[in-house]
Amino acid sequence: MADAAVAALSPETVLAEMKKNGVTHVVWLPDSETNWLYLLMKAEPSLRLVGVSREGHACSIAAGLSAGGARPLILIQNTGMMESGDSLRGWLLSLNIPVVLMVGYRGWTRHGVTQDTAATYTERFLMAFGINYYLVESDADAPRIAVAFEEAERTKRPVVVLVGDEYHGFNR
Amino acid sequence: MMHTAEMLKAFAPFREDAIVVPGRGGRFWTDLTTRPNLDAPLGDPAMGGHAGFALGLALAQPRKRVILFDSEGDILMSLGMLVTIAEQQPPNFYHFLMDNGVYATTGGQPVPNADNVAYEVIARGAGYPRAFAFQELEKFSAALPEILGKPGPVFIAVKVVPEIENEPIGRRRRWQTRSRDRVIQDLRSELGVRR
Repeated sequence: MADAAVAALSPETVLAEMKKNGVTHVVWLPDSETNWLYLLMKAEPSLRLVGVSREGHACSIAAGLSAGGARPLILIQNTGMMESGDSLRGWLLSLNIPVVLMVGYRGWTRHGVTQDTAATYTERFLMAFGINYYLVESDADAPRIAVAFEEAERTKRPVVVLVGDEYHGFNR
Repeated sequence: MMHTAEMLKAFAPFREDAIVVPGRGGRFWTDLTTRPNLDAPLGDPAMGGHAGFALGLALAQPRKRVILFDSEGDILMSLGMLVTIAEQQPPNFYHFLMDNGVYATTGGQPVPNADNVAYEVIARGAGYPRAFAFQELEKFSAALPEILGKPGPVFIAVKVVPEIENEPIGRRRRWQTRSRDRVIQDLRSELGVRR
């Protein structure tokens, strides 16, 4: 377990990536992975947090933010992403909205054996929608977040960052 | 009760340089607008999302008033959005609701509990500081200067006549003159957004 602690994705790293990539608004719904990150985001004056009560709402809000010139980030869990299917289609894909979704990968295991169907269907869901994604498990993977932002802008499409690790929010 | 076109016609003189998200009133607003590049007539990208889209615009463009013409079918699909809007408290956000009591584009089937829902009460309960309800065009028209003269967010529920479409979708008159992508591009350009 010591190795796991070393290989963690820290919330400070995620916040730094948000700032580096010019995020103005975080449209989000909390999950079990983002408690400490929430406290950091709340204390960051360059970010405005827009809390939603259902993940699909994040898609239309992000579309409006993007149309108005802001740079939103959507921060949700894979369960909510799957719930958001029609909003992803209608408000992000069909409007060509360049936005990154950081999606908590509930149930993710590196060996592929999981009891959690949230993990079973996550990547299949993204493939079905033709949405590209990058897996981030630790701080060493963090540069992939910038890759996702660049790709979203270049392709005018949503791009997903799957967060295959907890932000260790409850360990603080 | 009033027709949607009458309601929009009453609003039009007060528009100034506001961004207008006409929602399902788009087919009527197209004939009234004088600033089409500040409109976002997106039709129906995905039901329930107009309020979120307008909220996003209002947050991104705090110096512009954003006028949304929402529908009760959309709102019922996303009631939680009202709480998000109320929490954000965008002072430039004006949320009109066109309540015809039915799903007009699918043949006029009633929305759940159509005759007994007080949307302005729901909005107030969600945290909107101001909320109104109108059934008559004259009262609605008379109240508009005060409604629009004060900061938002404000919610205005308006009872409108169902204007039901029974033609198959493929045979309906296409009122959109621009693609959705074009609408977004034109709006960004008008707002000076470089993307």
